[in-house]
Amino acid sequence: MSAARTAQSRSTKPAAGTVALLVATRKGAFIYRADRSRRAWRVAGPMFFGHTVHHVVLDPRSNAQGGRTLLAATRTGHLGPTIMRSTDLGRTWKEASRPPAFPKVPAGQKGRVVDHSLWLTPGNAAEPGVWYSGTSPQGLFRSEDDGATWSSVAGFNDNPMYAAWTGGEQDGTPDGPKMHSVIVDPRDARHLYVAMSSGGVFESLDRGASWTPLNQGVLADFLPEKYPEYGQDAHCVRLHPAAPDVLYQQNHCGIYRLERPGTVWQRIGTRMPRKVGDVGFPIALHPRDPATAWVFPMDGSTVWPRTSPGGKPAAYVTRNAGRTWRRQDAGLPESQGWFTVKRQAMCADANDPAGVYFGTTGGELWASRDEGGKWACIARHLPEIYAVEAVELAR
Amino acid sequence: MKVFIPTPLRAYTGDRGEVEAAGTTIAEVLADLDRHFPGIRFRMIDEQDAVRRHIRIWVNQDEARALDVPVGPTDQVIIFQALSGG
Repeated sequence: MSAARTAQSRSTKPAAGTVALLVATRKGAFIYRADRSRRAWRVAGPMFFGHTVHHVVLDPRSNAQGGRTLLAATRTGHLGPTIMRSTDLGRTWKEASRPPAFPKVPAGQKGRVVDHSLWLTPGNAAEPGVWYSGTSPQGLFRSEDDGATWSSVAGFNDNPMYAAWTGGEQDGTPDGPKMHSVIVDPRDARHLYVAMSSGGVFESLDRGASWTPLNQGVLADFLPEKYPEYGQDAHCVRLHPAAPDVLYQQNHCGIYRLERPGTVWQRIGTRMPRKVGDVGFPIALHPRDPATAWVFPMDGSTVWPRTSPGGKPAAYVTRNAGRTWRRQDAGLPESQGWFTVKRQAMCADANDPAGVYFGTTGGELWASRDEGGKWACIARHLPEIYAVEAVELAR
Repeated sequence: MKVFIPTPLRAYTGDRGEVEAAGTTIAEVLADLDRHFPGIRFRMIDEQDAVRRHIRIWVNQDEARALDVPVGPTDQVIIFQALSGG
């Protein structure tokens, strides 16, 4: 199915109502709200003050009916991880009675332990109450009761290929190997994607019972075999909301695009300026145009500083599916700006023009009201920002 | 018996630093705590029944390194959590 045909078949209306930014940080969560003009923001928080919050996500199924259900993936210092749920946009929270946890193994065997839940994804609209969570170390978990209890997705977590697909601790990020970018096809609740750092991208057509690697064309320059079946380091994968056959990937080794039913990713980052390169963590998509995507490049040279190349932060946007890229730095520091933006910390809202947002590990929250044309810092001095989600609250 | 709760876990106990729990082993005491304060056990004990890395549990003056350590009604169970890190 072509992207264009898919896009036409789905709603492309801009969103109405207020915009909320759900900001997850190393020391708590914050919610910034503005009207559609997005000129003035007011903040609520910190919530879970002092707790590590990896992701806060609004349930779009609840939101469509005027509800305000949020899920938050948290852990507390050295205490174990859990999931919290709010039905009043964060005023009150209730903890999951059974958070994501790997199955217990028989005595004498070494079992896996969830260090933290990293990623939360609401299920398909046809499956109210269903949520997925990706964890560190790599694991996929599913809830069918709005996040109260979570079960291990055995088709992945107990797959005989699990160890081969996920590699060892040494293959993960400095704070542990992760499953992220859990994606549910909006047309088909059985169709899932997940991505791992490290491990690459995998696809399931049967609600997680079985999985197939989806990494053709993606470089793994750190492995002896440069284009393996799996083992790549996917940093962030997004499926276009209006064209669900279009996937974009920011990888350790470049920026890629895939149009299904194709199975070979095309590297679209090669057209980025050579001095900037196409390394980064997040990738954000336009709410309506499947050819538009934003990235936030980082220095991936030598020891991988993971900061804005040359100390000159900028987003880059493509409007033509990666054939060309344009630098967007108006309003950002012109020098000595050593930004790091994590994989979950860049997003776009659904307004017209779309708002684009990112949060830095230095605790600054930046926004553009015109699709990246000009940036403004809307909050600073926050804790290290892990994730930013933009949502439009139904009236 | 008396169980001493560290500050990071007092959100579960209504801010109480000392609570009562019953059981003849650490495992039973923690299960009883979890009945009264749902969720508290998983923050200390992982899914493989291991004490999490920066949690320490003491019975009177002795550290309990396993969940099958016996306890009596007059013992004191003391839970510590490291506050290291930035």
